[in-house]
Amino acid sequence: MTALAVKALSKSFGGLRVTTNVNLAVAPGERRLVIGPNGAGKTTLFNLITGELAPDSGSVLLFDREITHLPSRNRAHLGVARTYQIITLFARDTILRNVTLALLGLSPLRWNPVIALDRQRHFLAAARAALERVGLGHIADRPLAETSYGEKRRVEIAMALAQNPKVLLLDEPFAGLSIDERSDVRKLLVAIPRDVTIVMIEHDMDTALELADRITLMHFGEVIVEGTRAEVVADPRTREVYLGE
Amino acid sequence: MIGGTKIAGVVAILALAAAPYAIKEIYYVNIASQILLYAIFALGLSVLVGYAGLVSLGHAGLFGVAAYAAAYLLAAGYGHAVAVLAALAIALLATAAFAALSLRATGISFIMITLALGEILWGLAYRWISVTNGDNGINVATRPEPFGLPLVSARGFYGATLVVFLLAVAATAIFVRSPFGAAVCGTRDQPRRMTALGYHVWMIRFWTFMFSGLLTSVAGILFVYYNQFISPQALALAASAEGLLMVISGGAGTLLGPVVGAALVVVVKNVVSGYIERWNFMLGAIFVAIVVFMPEGLVPGAVRLARAAWRGISRARTEARAPFAEPKP
Amino acid sequence: MTFWLLLTVNSVTFGGLLFLLSAGFSLIFGLMRIPNLTHGSMFMAGAYLGTTLLAGTLGFTLDFWLASVIAALEVAILGGLMERLLLRRLAGQQLAQVLVTLGVSFMVADLCLMGWGGDPVSVATPAGLGGFARIGAAVFPLYRIAVILIAVVFAVALWLMLERTRLGAMIRAGVDDPQMARVVGIRVSRLFTIVFALGAGLAAFAGMIGGPILSVYPGLDQDMLPLALVVVILGGTGSLLGSFVGSIVIGFIYNFGQALVPELAYFVLFLPMVLVLVLRPQGLFGGQIL
Repeated sequence: MTALAVKALSKSFGGLRVTTNVNLAVAPGERRLVIGPNGAGKTTLFNLITGELAPDSGSVLLFDREITHLPSRNRAHLGVARTYQIITLFARDTILRNVTLALLGLSPLRWNPVIALDRQRHFLAAARAALERVGLGHIADRPLAETSYGEKRRVEIAMALAQNPKVLLLDEPFAGLSIDERSDVRKLLVAIPRDVTIVMIEHDMDTALELADRITLMHFGEVIVEGTRAEVVADPRTREVYLGE
Repeated sequence: MIGGTKIAGVVAILALAAAPYAIKEIYYVNIASQILLYAIFALGLSVLVGYAGLVSLGHAGLFGVAAYAAAYLLAAGYGHAVAVLAALAIALLATAAFAALSLRATGISFIMITLALGEILWGLAYRWISVTNGDNGINVATRPEPFGLPLVSARGFYGATLVVFLLAVAATAIFVRSPFGAAVCGTRDQPRRMTALGYHVWMIRFWTFMFSGLLTSVAGILFVYYNQFISPQALALAASAEGLLMVISGGAGTLLGPVVGAALVVVVKNVVSGYIERWNFMLGAIFVAIVVFMPEGLVPGAVRLARAAWRGISRARTEARAPFAEPKP
Repeated sequence: MTFWLLLTVNSVTFGGLLFLLSAGFSLIFGLMRIPNLTHGSMFMAGAYLGTTLLAGTLGFTLDFWLASVIAALEVAILGGLMERLLLRRLAGQQLAQVLVTLGVSFMVADLCLMGWGGDPVSVATPAGLGGFARIGAAVFPLYRIAVILIAVVFAVALWLMLERTRLGAMIRAGVDDPQMARVVGIRVSRLFTIVFALGAGLAAFAGMIGGPILSVYPGLDQDMLPLALVVVILGGTGSLLGSFVGSIVIGFIYNFGQALVPELAYFVLFLPMVLVLVLRPQGLFGGQIL
């Protein structure tokens, strides 16, 4: 059984083929790294997996269950969580509120228009705990606008982890971080238990490679090479993709 | 909502409650009634504009549907209770249709669909003479007497309107502070992420629209009882624009803002126009000034300026004491 | 039979007038991505200014056509100033820009009321076109034919400008992809001012041209703006052909609607717009998703 599988997935925008016949099979608990030059279609692949984009053909399976036509919001309820390449947090709110919203998304309470959100102690406690896990517990009440870029990235991860996902999609979690910040995030990711399957897009090879069990190399919307770190590094096609055309 | 705004709000409400007893002239009591009923309208619109981020230029249409429905039923001989309840039901149905059509789009498209829908409703009010009596409007003979209390007098009507207003504010406050309210704000700021977090964005917007429609309908019914008359003018684009002005001038995403905005617009319209001829020009100019210089509206803008002033004062004090201290981040 | 023929001619005439009004609206919408809510006001202001010029200012009266052109120029300049001083400050904030145009429309409407009073002003048909043309048994008012011809001339002129001139190429580029246009070196903000002024001027010209048919009255702006909106939604933003076809279609729906189902005239007029917005947001011709 695979945690996440993608079969013959294709997507075009007009004449531009952004995803061509992509196949992916990620085992439960695996740490999969997706790499490739800019424009390789990695984020598009994520969008197709979460359902924010609908494929032209092919299928997406979560724990062997077909979710290709399931709306994005339902996939979140099935255990898919993601972070974004570009910061898309709730800029007008505090860090705590950001994480609370992430928790609320999976709770039936989100439809309740009469109780006061700030009095839901168990919720707020869970949100604070999620922030503690990423080392931001001490600034939980700070407005997001007053946080650093590195802190925002960690908020993203806190939100994704707060959803207790089964499959976690991380889109360039190290982008734009300083050396210290990278180290913090690395420790965070390493600490995630193996009942969460992780698929990560990254450019920072040093940090990412040691986290990965298997690597998928994409280029122009296609999967070029797939295997363990050693296999991918040794494969001549890898050099081709990165060095020559 | 910071503490300062809350206190100001409470003070304002208390002042409003005492108003009809302090003010001698009936004219001003009536102005106060108008402010309150338009404040309910503005609150309804603000929920959609400020919290859901959906700007509607057709809300006067919904306002008008409620008003016309009530007037029509009253003129047909039905009792007040029946007319009010039926009018609310009809207006809510209209709101649902409005919402279903306009929520196909967001942003500028949403504005345009709501503008068009508002115009359709205005056109129906104007032309469907067999039902609405066209330009001549419909007269409402009497005001209701809830629990035996007559609303014929200005003070009586003001009291009833105040009660409804306070209920509306309370309902909106509860709505906004609820988990659903937080979700609504989320859909305004990051709709895509909300979907990925598991929220049903369209449904959230739809129910927000319905709540907005409820408040708008209540305001419409109060309006028709206040004037004891309804005509197509109440549904014109200018009326929707005035509603939007009320929301934006006060501050879209706040509770107090729409009330302040409604007061501003009603006062300018009624009182000031006695002294200055062209109130429409002034309204337009205020609108432009606010959008350009204080887009968050008067209430948040005033808060921002007050905070900046306070910071300036305390910083000046600190610097005076320790001129070589590190500058604040 | 003559009734239907006349109705048809009136519809085409009104369509021509609508084209002059909405071509500018469409270009502004396509380029700046905002519905210019002052467009009705520009139409009305142009008509009012034109009537004053006709009646005589500075001691001499002007010929109808000259008055139209000068009124158009005046409004174009005002439009350009409005864009430069107000809208450009809010560059990138479409919602705020739309609201500013809304506020300005209030101001212009009241200024017109202040300047010309509350009574409708009728505009005399220009000399030489007051009569009728006979074709067989049918009788057509000359001025209406003239309006149709003017609309066609402008349609062709605008098309040539867009397709054959450098300015037109820049406008088309801006409509297609403003970011790319900037990258290629097109001064998009200056283009905005030019197109806004052009749109305003066209609307004003249309207002004066329409004067003999519609006369000028307070509220004319509120009557015309929704029509421009409907035309552009139907025909697609940024599309000249769409504006032309849309104008004719709406001209027909409006006139025939008023004649046949006066009670539901507005409904009939706006229903296509709502349907298009709901089913095909880019309009029947435009390629742009709103």
